[in-house]
Amino acid sequence: MSEHDDVWKVNRERDGEAQRFESNFPEYGPIAKTFAPVAGFGVTLRNFFRPTVTEQYPDEKTPAMPRYHGRHQLNRYADGLEKCIGCELCAWACPADAIYVEADSNTEDAQYSPGERYGRVYQINYLRCIFCGLCIEACPTRALTMTNEYELAGPTREGLIYEKQDLLAPMEDGMLAAPHPMVPGTVDDDYYKGDVTQVVQEQTAWVRERRPDDPTLPENRSAEDDASSRPAQQSPDAALSGPAGPVGGRTRG
Amino acid sequence: MTSTADKATAEVVETVTLTIDGTEVTVPKGTLIIRAAEQVGINIPRFCDHPLLKPAGACRQCLVDVAAPDREGNVRPFPKPQASCTMTAMDGMIVNTQNTSDEAKKAQEGVMELLLINHPLDCPVCDKGGECPLQNQAMSHGHAESRFIDVKRVFEKPLALSSEILLDRERCVLCQRCTRFSKEIAGDAFIDLQNRGAMQQIGTFDEDVLDFDGYEPIGVAAEDESGKAFSSYYSGNTVQICPVGALTSAAYRFRSRPFDLVSSPGISEHDSSGAAIRTDHRRGKVLRRLSDNDPVVNEEWITDKDRFAFAWQNLSDRLERPLVRGEDGELHEASWPDAIARAAAGLRAAAGRTGTPADRKAKGVGVLPGGRVTLEDAYAYQKFARVALGTNDVDARTRGASDEEQAFLGSSVAGTGLGVTFGDLEKAPTVLLVGFEPEDEGGVVFLRLRKSVGRQSVLTVAPFLSRGAEKLSASLIQTAPGGEAGALAAVKAGTDTADALSEDGAVVILGERLATVPGALAEALRLAKRTGARLAWIPRRAGERGAAEAGALPGLLPGGRDAASEAARDAVAQAWSVGSLPEAAGRDAAGIIAAAAAGELSGLVVGGVTPSDLTADLRAALTATDFVVSLEVRRTEVSEHADVVLPVAPTFEKPGTFVNWEGRLRGFATAIRTEAISDHRALDFLGRELGVDLKVGTVADVNEQLAVLGAAPKGQRMKAPTVKAAKPAPATGDQLILASWHMLVDEGALQDGEPYLAGTGRTAVARLSAHTAERIGVKDGVVTITGAAKGAIELPVVVTEMADGVVWVPAKSPGSWVAQELGVEPGTLVTVKGGI
Repeated sequence: MSEHDDVWKVNRERDGEAQRFESNFPEYGPIAKTFAPVAGFGVTLRNFFRPTVTEQYPDEKTPAMPRYHGRHQLNRYADGLEKCIGCELCAWACPADAIYVEADSNTEDAQYSPGERYGRVYQINYLRCIFCGLCIEACPTRALTMTNEYELAGPTREGLIYEKQDLLAPMEDGMLAAPHPMVPGTVDDDYYKGDVTQVVQEQTAWVRERRPDDPTLPENRSAEDDASSRPAQQSPDAALSGPAGPVGGRTRG
Repeated sequence: MTSTADKATAEVVETVTLTIDGTEVTVPKGTLIIRAAEQVGINIPRFCDHPLLKPAGACRQCLVDVAAPDREGNVRPFPKPQASCTMTAMDGMIVNTQNTSDEAKKAQEGVMELLLINHPLDCPVCDKGGECPLQNQAMSHGHAESRFIDVKRVFEKPLALSSEILLDRERCVLCQRCTRFSKEIAGDAFIDLQNRGAMQQIGTFDEDVLDFDGYEPIGVAAEDESGKAFSSYYSGNTVQICPVGALTSAAYRFRSRPFDLVSSPGISEHDSSGAAIRTDHRRGKVLRRLSDNDPVVNEEWITDKDRFAFAWQNLSDRLERPLVRGEDGELHEASWPDAIARAAAGLRAAAGRTGTPADRKAKGVGVLPGGRVTLEDAYAYQKFARVALGTNDVDARTRGASDEEQAFLGSSVAGTGLGVTFGDLEKAPTVLLVGFEPEDEGGVVFLRLRKSVGRQSVLTVAPFLSRGAEKLSASLIQTAPGGEAGALAAVKAGTDTADALSEDGAVVILGERLATVPGALAEALRLAKRTGARLAWIPRRAGERGAAEAGALPGLLPGGRDAASEAARDAVAQAWSVGSLPEAAGRDAAGIIAAAAAGELSGLVVGGVTPSDLTADLRAALTATDFVVSLEVRRTEVSEHADVVLPVAPTFEKPGTFVNWEGRLRGFATAIRTEAISDHRALDFLGRELGVDLKVGTVADVNEQLAVLGAAPKGQRMKAPTVKAAKPAPATGDQLILASWHMLVDEGALQDGEPYLAGTGRTAVARLSAHTAERIGVKDGVVTITGAAKGAIELPVVVTEMADGVVWVPAKSPGSWVAQELGVEPGTLVTVKGGI
């Protein structure tokens, strides 16, 4: 007899000594006992008459809760300048290493954000992102926030790396697309404090001189509004239907 | 200082014992409290303190509680906290840092609060964010909340001190590390403390920028000839030592964050000093380079070229795949096996090793590795030439060179191990510079010499006292180029110079330019023998010393062996397990190029050689030669002429060893792993295809062989040169002697793609003495210089106190490519005419 058998034997003896299981439920009566095998049908039958909870996704899309952690958005100031300064604090905070940022200098000819620095490259890899929101907490200018957009799937790995143009907030009415100069007489601090509330004449003139066809110029915008359409890359639906870049069925990696 | 005195101080070090935070520590007398604390692992916060700069006590962040014994020996506390970075430790002192003293802690927090009053706290946009001492210490030793509610002082930002260095005065905490570095270490006054009180700031000397409102700028900035405020060659160090983000570099501006970067230690490929650097790269792209701390070589300083010139390796013309010239006469991408097979076939035919009657027509192959190679690459090139191609036609000296220099290198440099060191330079009582500009050609050598200003007499044999020599307080032995040998011969026993050089530890520094001065190196050897001074040969390029050690010179085998000596050849042949080595004397680089241009060579193997650096016509040679193999990092002029181009790795992407001028091995590992291969590996492939196993596939293979070979034994070593000094040609009429050397920042191939650095280079000018300028009749302040080549150099004239009959121009600065345009080496006559 091996040691193992000893152990087995001892354990079985202990089993015997252990208290037998006794249910606390009351014993059913004879009628209940009779119907017990088909009691489950009762549950089904009951639910026929209850309101349905099934959501007809994707035919019908239900809005998520207001603070749902969905796709990120890079916000703009009221005059259309980007809030992102390319500081990489979001990338630093990211526990999943999902964010990649490269900054660059704003110049007189190309001012994208108030101050000296802007984010030239901004990528979020939604295959890595865990939607924890630490990046949002880290952002010093409130440039990065999260939307309720949750449809983040796609056929390719590249396609799920969202670029800056995929993440930038749509141009609202009255905004002027960057790059353009800051409001004259302001410094970056004025923007951070929220003192800049609208596009001024000088900014519009600057853009008109350099990019007369810019769709966000007032004259071009009114024509657009008549057709009730917005530039495709800035429409929220465009970002929803998949990121820019070579999506078309490529399945590399 | 004599060596006996040196020993005495080394033996008896007076020490003091003090107590810091209850821990007793014994340190040498004169140690600062902050350093003593470091020794027991107590960190006192600091900004202005830097171990290589003199104490300043400027930031007051290192305040500690100190009690010291008075005259009666009673330990009495100082009434107020003291700056530990300026107070030396004394016996019986009791120091309580922020760890044990509430008063010290409160004082430090107060200082921190004061420093942060005007600090913009724009950390998210600041390049220093994440590696900022101010940020770190504000977290560890500061208040969490600011009580300051008023408006902060604002300055215009950033202020460009030069095209490379940007100053943000708002962020500055006035620690003066940068100004102290500029004054104490580099000797370039380009910034200083300006104004007073709350408006005190670091600034340039430009009143318009500073808007002083009644105050005059303090001091004056040195200006170069164009009137442009002087940019220092060492200004990048101020960025590195700035404890806040006040000084940043244009090249690294907003590029990255410290947590993105992978740091790899390395060795600079820019000069023969072998400065230790740290390469920071992100996703396989180098973003910046910093100085590493190597106390025996570069301390913590590097030149701006070491720091900023790295873009060359990843420009758009970088070669990634081998190129082979097709039937259509164009270069096409090919696979490595194809390219190697093609190169081997061509070289076999050119070297006459096909075993067919066509061999009789083959005239042989010349090998030009270039002076930027690592020790391993140089070794592979020369072994490839001698074993696979059966020729001694290999020369890494693609610059002015001579047989005399080769004899000098073979007899006194190669295989001599560690000679004069940086430390020896610092301690030398006398340093004689011959054909060597410390600042332009020496890099960090200059900083070591400058460290001893006042304790050391520096003599320079040069046509005029350059700004670098001036900063060393050097005395000039005015000599026209070509006259260096005579100047050395004139240092006869009994003269002051000879006496100074006879002092123990005196050093004579010889520059690579002496190669073209007949008799200069031979004369230097005689001078050394006469006076007992030690010789240090300091070339410019990083690979020169390694090439001499590896034997990548026509008459030199590894370890300083003489290729003409049968014993040496046999010894090397035995070590390499080959029957014999080629006996015929090899040609030097100029000889190889001339022979190739004349159709006397059937093939060329060219490494990192830039045609415009050479007076010899490499372009003609490349065109005339039947078969050219180029091993290059980038698509260059050479590769355009080549039949097969093999892409090789730049220094970041390969391991290797540079031998610096001291003879110190400066090994470095791969910083960025790529598929690129080293020259020696490519040559190993080629060798195999040619049917020889060169055993140079890896760094370890090469080092193993070098270790076996060792230095040359006495009988196999080259004989010292005995060339007599030649009288330099006299300058007559509009014929002037050309003087020239390379500026540190110029248009060298390794500085391509870095506009910010290029902006800090000196403006190119032609220098003439007043007498000479009058003689040739300078019109409009401009001269036109012509030489043996077809080109001409037109430069504005600056009248300088210098030797008559001499014209000086920078060797490869914008608008002044001497080798290409004039086709002559310094020391020869050129025609100089006033006006354009």
